[in-house]
Amino acid sequence: MTTVIAHWSHDNRKRAESILASYPERRSAIMPLLYVASLEHDYVTSDAMRDVAALIGITPVQVQSVASFYTMFKRSRVGDYLVSVCTSISCYLVGADDVLSAVENLVEGGRDDAGEDASISVEHVECLGACGGAPAVQVNYELIEGVTPEKAEALIGWLRATSPEVVLADEMQQLFGGRRSFDWGPSEAEGATRPLPAFGPYGSARECR
Amino acid sequence: MTDKILTVRMDAYPSDSHKLHRYVGTGGYEALRKALTEMSRDEIVEEVKVSNMRGRGGAGFPTGVKWGFLAPSEPRYLVINCDESEPGTFNDRQLTERDPHQLLEGIVISSYALGVNHAFVYIRGEYPKAARRMQSAVEEAYEAGYLGEDILGSGFSLDVTLHLGGGAYICGEETALLNSLEGRRGEPRLKPPFPAIEGLYGKPTIVNNVESISNIPWITVNGGAAYAAIGPERSAGTKMLSISGHVKEPGNYEIVMGMTWRELIYEIGGGIRDDRALKAWIPGGASAPWFVPDEHLDTLVTIEDVAANGSMIGAGAVVVMDETTNVVAAAHRIVRFFAHESCGQCTPCREGTFWLEAVLKRILNGGGRPEDIDLLLSISDNISPGLVWPPAMTTICPLGPSAVSPVTSITRWFRPEIEAMISMREVAVV
Repeated sequence: MTTVIAHWSHDNRKRAESILASYPERRSAIMPLLYVASLEHDYVTSDAMRDVAALIGITPVQVQSVASFYTMFKRSRVGDYLVSVCTSISCYLVGADDVLSAVENLVEGGRDDAGEDASISVEHVECLGACGGAPAVQVNYELIEGVTPEKAEALIGWLRATSPEVVLADEMQQLFGGRRSFDWGPSEAEGATRPLPAFGPYGSARECR
Repeated sequence: MTDKILTVRMDAYPSDSHKLHRYVGTGGYEALRKALTEMSRDEIVEEVKVSNMRGRGGAGFPTGVKWGFLAPSEPRYLVINCDESEPGTFNDRQLTERDPHQLLEGIVISSYALGVNHAFVYIRGEYPKAARRMQSAVEEAYEAGYLGEDILGSGFSLDVTLHLGGGAYICGEETALLNSLEGRRGEPRLKPPFPAIEGLYGKPTIVNNVESISNIPWITVNGGAAYAAIGPERSAGTKMLSISGHVKEPGNYEIVMGMTWRELIYEIGGGIRDDRALKAWIPGGASAPWFVPDEHLDTLVTIEDVAANGSMIGAGAVVVMDETTNVVAAAHRIVRFFAHESCGQCTPCREGTFWLEAVLKRILNGGGRPEDIDLLLSISDNISPGLVWPPAMTTICPLGPSAVSPVTSITRWFRPEIEAMISMREVAVV
């Protein structure tokens, strides 16, 4: 099995095996494997989809039909930091459009349009489930609640100046956030290293102490 | 009288309510021990039926009755819906991040009751922290013997797999969720067959919401009758409400239903920001028809009273709008969401949501035409004939009719405002 992804890193091969073993039917592993393949290939490239298809035993076009349904499987390159601004109803009511404009004014190319060497991409997204702390923003899917246009500008400046290796929600919340939907509890050491949801079994989370 | 079930631990122990030692130290997994050693599977199902708990995911179908439909063939599956994406809701996120063992214990008890040996938790991709907290809880539970082979020496075994979504609202619809979990596009399936008969991999499957299953440990310990005794008869138990928008104190509140909307908005929600006037509110998420102060402030916050007034509690998302709100812009924002999230299978939804969005945008941009209100209603009628509540359907799932709710709401309650906007033909571009 692993021969079809012999070019993947040892860790990612092990992750793929363990993901495939956790479902009664192999096809269920498509979405998790697309996340792991994004680590290997930068984003969901044609090669990434070919690898996932080979692992599961279906055709690449079947994988593509799944990948294209979901907005989080990025089929073109995005920046190192994907800044997602929620503009859904609750955030809209308390000024999310101004947050989005502030960020877009600072990021060349604007939304959904990162060039080869751009380090920041901006997108507006639908409800992030942070309506009690609206407006909400995510960086590589790590959440910040209670963001203002000024704080959002400062966030972009901070990402450029410090290029954090691991993006931590608690750190960003402290620096750029305001009111939260609820008490988050203790700070987390795990965060995202890429524009992928940071989750241990998918290899996308890393600890930062 | 119990007035809180789900948020007790996280309120009392904010620093470690998500950890196993705290959970066990506050009575956690005792319900599981009771279930496995003192109760038969049928007895647990019966207690959940007696509890009268109605599913917390939105449809409000009684959980125990749903369980009763599960076909006897094996294997069977339990799938937990943590794809919380209805604009305005964020209570499952709190329950999963702050008390994952409460959910997990509910999963193990429910799996035992339903004869399930493999459960799945489908967590939306935008909730990585909830997924990490849940993953840690699962690892702790395996190590402590609350998951895996021969749980607590009972002979019952259960594996739990977490699955991250990919950013598609429609996967909160249970059959779309099952397709997604099978590695397919998240397109809803025609029902029947219902998942209880043919669900995941065509096998009998129960899909339950996070909040519903988080209540199961309490019901197991205290009994269904004790749960049913909380609150109004047909809205039993506590409910997590997410309040957002123009209130002073947005947040999640675990309440006993039966208060008035006035109390909910002005006392629990703290009133309207800057003490402005209330213009409208959505009682149950973006899909729900709106309420207005002249008509509904003294309506009761119960599933049945809200339904009798033509809307729904849904997943418990209350979105409050003050007098400064441009209702056409707000409706447009919601319709835009549904247009984006339509899976595209059914023509009335795919085309209808697109056109509703386009016409609302035209009005907002100052290009509204006198016939546009009728046009909006005509498109809406093609998606949901008769514009009644609960909505009539021309589509496989309720997403299309959901997009109609904000349109019928503003044409019903704020028609002069839309007409003025159309006749002025010069308003701010959204």
